[in-house]
Amino acid sequence: MAPNTSEAAVDLDAPWISQEDLPVETYQIIDEDGTYDSADVPDLADEEFLDLYRWMLVEKRYAERMIKLQRRGQMGTVGSSRGHEASIVGSGYALQDGDWLLGMGRETSAMLLRDVSLRDIILFWRGVEDAQRFLTEQNCMIGISVGGYLPMTTGIGWGMNLTDSDSVVTAHFGDGATSTGAFHEAVNFAGVLDAPAIFYCQNNQWAISTPFEKQTNANTIAQRGLGYGVHGIRADGNDVLAVYDAMREARKLARAGHPVLFEALTYRTEGHSTSDDPTEYRERDAVEEWLERDPIERYESFLKSKGLWDEVDKDALVAEVDEEFSAAVEAADEYGPRDVDELFEYVYDDLPPILQEQLDEMERELAELDDLEAYIERRPKG
Amino acid sequence: MAETIINAINMALTEEMDRDDRVVVFGEDVAETGGVFRATEGLKEQFGGDRVVDTPLSEIAITGGAVGLAVFGLRPVAEIQFSGFLPPAFDQLVTHASRMRWRTRGQWSAPMVVRTPYGAGIRALEHHSESLEGAYAHVPGLRVVIPSTPYDTKGLLKSAIRSPDPVLFMEPKHIYRSIREDVPDEDYEVPIGEAAVRREGEDITVISWGAMMQKTLEAVDRIDADVEVIDLRTISPMDRETVVASVQKTGRCAVVHEAPYSGGWAGEIVGTLNDEALMYLEAPVERVTGYDIPVPLLSMEDYYIPHPPRIAAAIEDVLAY
Repeated sequence: MAPNTSEAAVDLDAPWISQEDLPVETYQIIDEDGTYDSADVPDLADEEFLDLYRWMLVEKRYAERMIKLQRRGQMGTVGSSRGHEASIVGSGYALQDGDWLLGMGRETSAMLLRDVSLRDIILFWRGVEDAQRFLTEQNCMIGISVGGYLPMTTGIGWGMNLTDSDSVVTAHFGDGATSTGAFHEAVNFAGVLDAPAIFYCQNNQWAISTPFEKQTNANTIAQRGLGYGVHGIRADGNDVLAVYDAMREARKLARAGHPVLFEALTYRTEGHSTSDDPTEYRERDAVEEWLERDPIERYESFLKSKGLWDEVDKDALVAEVDEEFSAAVEAADEYGPRDVDELFEYVYDDLPPILQEQLDEMERELAELDDLEAYIERRPKG
Repeated sequence: MAETIINAINMALTEEMDRDDRVVVFGEDVAETGGVFRATEGLKEQFGGDRVVDTPLSEIAITGGAVGLAVFGLRPVAEIQFSGFLPPAFDQLVTHASRMRWRTRGQWSAPMVVRTPYGAGIRALEHHSESLEGAYAHVPGLRVVIPSTPYDTKGLLKSAIRSPDPVLFMEPKHIYRSIREDVPDEDYEVPIGEAAVRREGEDITVISWGAMMQKTLEAVDRIDADVEVIDLRTISPMDRETVVASVQKTGRCAVVHEAPYSGGWAGEIVGTLNDEALMYLEAPVERVTGYDIPVPLLSMEDYYIPHPPRIAAAIEDVLAY
């Protein structure tokens, strides 16, 4: 039986606080209809406004084509970022050279903006070990353990303080991650350290089949910042200008020693991944409602009223973006040759004798045992 | 009726929830969707949302919550979606679940089950492929169980749910749906702590468990010898009697597991044989295991797994010694 939580049943005299005392506003610049107040629009050059649009198309086409590759058996399990374009691009666009970005796999174009190559993202989802070597060369990493990489985000920020770096570290994660202990401990510690860290939650309201309302009793993610003594903000994650503008400010706050908990409110219009069928656990109506708030369409309305739409040849842009994707797939197909050595490399700085022995044994067995290779399938394009 | 391991899990959960209304099932995505592998499908419809619960994404809260429910007299069956996500909750298992009976001198206890799929071979992302049974088996007070057949899965899971002590129930996800056998509808238990002799033989004892049993049996089929095959089923506390008696009889032994070599449970078996059967051995005990590396990502994952040709070669080496 559920307990009686009716507040009418209790009479409170002491100065209790509750989350209802703190309504959290959602920061928005372009509203759902595409209208805006010019005074609120961030001060960007025309090329930059157009660049944001192009990046959102990159993210959209990337998501669509990755799913297609997966369906054709040329990709491992992958999650679509459809609907998250503004949240990903707006946050990534506000970062600067030298900034670090740790993610969970649904922030590709933010990493591309950090000079990660599309080929390496494709290699990552194909399960090629070397991919993360290339990502980390650009100070980016994808962590599959949900929330697990947030404490190290704090540590990187701490390191930035200790070495007088002028960069920031950002961790991208989903609403599910905010239920992990690692999240709470990381944000709290960042507050203690004044770490230049931005905890960027793409609240897409679903953790596989678990809706946000079941993830937490808190009304918002952003309000939790208060509990840790750090700044919090909730932005409309489908409004690229709001995300960009708030992220730019978040970066300034972080640099000034104020870590930020940033919530971008968006919606996962597709499945958690290609292994997930969301029709099993949610109504189509809610999805339709969010599809109508498509971040790209909203930004198109903005570009139109801003008088920049004439400069956009959408078909040509999409064709160009598609061509880049095709070239990246081709480069990923050609990546190699690969060898079993790489499975043993990087476990330690050097190869301890026992690993050398095991590698030698693996190579000997592959050479000597007639049908061992028959049990081994390299996939996909591995 | 021929059932898979997944079906057997579902049968055990359904029957135990029906039999004992203290049994509560929870974890990430277990209620609305029936779990990512569909092990808990239909339970919410049958037993309601108070007893079949989707939790927030928190392995610590799931496992620690199970400890609290168990201490309070319920019979929690928690699911950790992949064993690669269990490490944060290791603290709850080590610090609380496994020592509640000991700490409170029997006043409290933690009769709970943590179910979790383990092992490589499903082409998933990082942290979806580990076999860390040896690490968990090292924790006093925790029972670690790994079934390898549908029949045993149902019986062992029922025993786990009825166990007065916490059980980590590791499920071989690679063979969740690949083998079928008759699983009776009626109530039965397969006792925890008893290994199964799958084949009787005189020449050599081959010991394995979980997803490696299929590969081991395939390897044994290639060998022209009278091989005794033991399915350990319970890693800890181990059925030393069956293992030792078999090796005393055959004088030769090979152990097969998917977990890394160093610190793997095969080492514990070798140690046991050293203690109890050294003078019976006619050859060193061979270990066929994973390598001391993280399980490779999906494109080269197969290289990691001990396949039948490797297992067969090792058995032949021991026989020829």
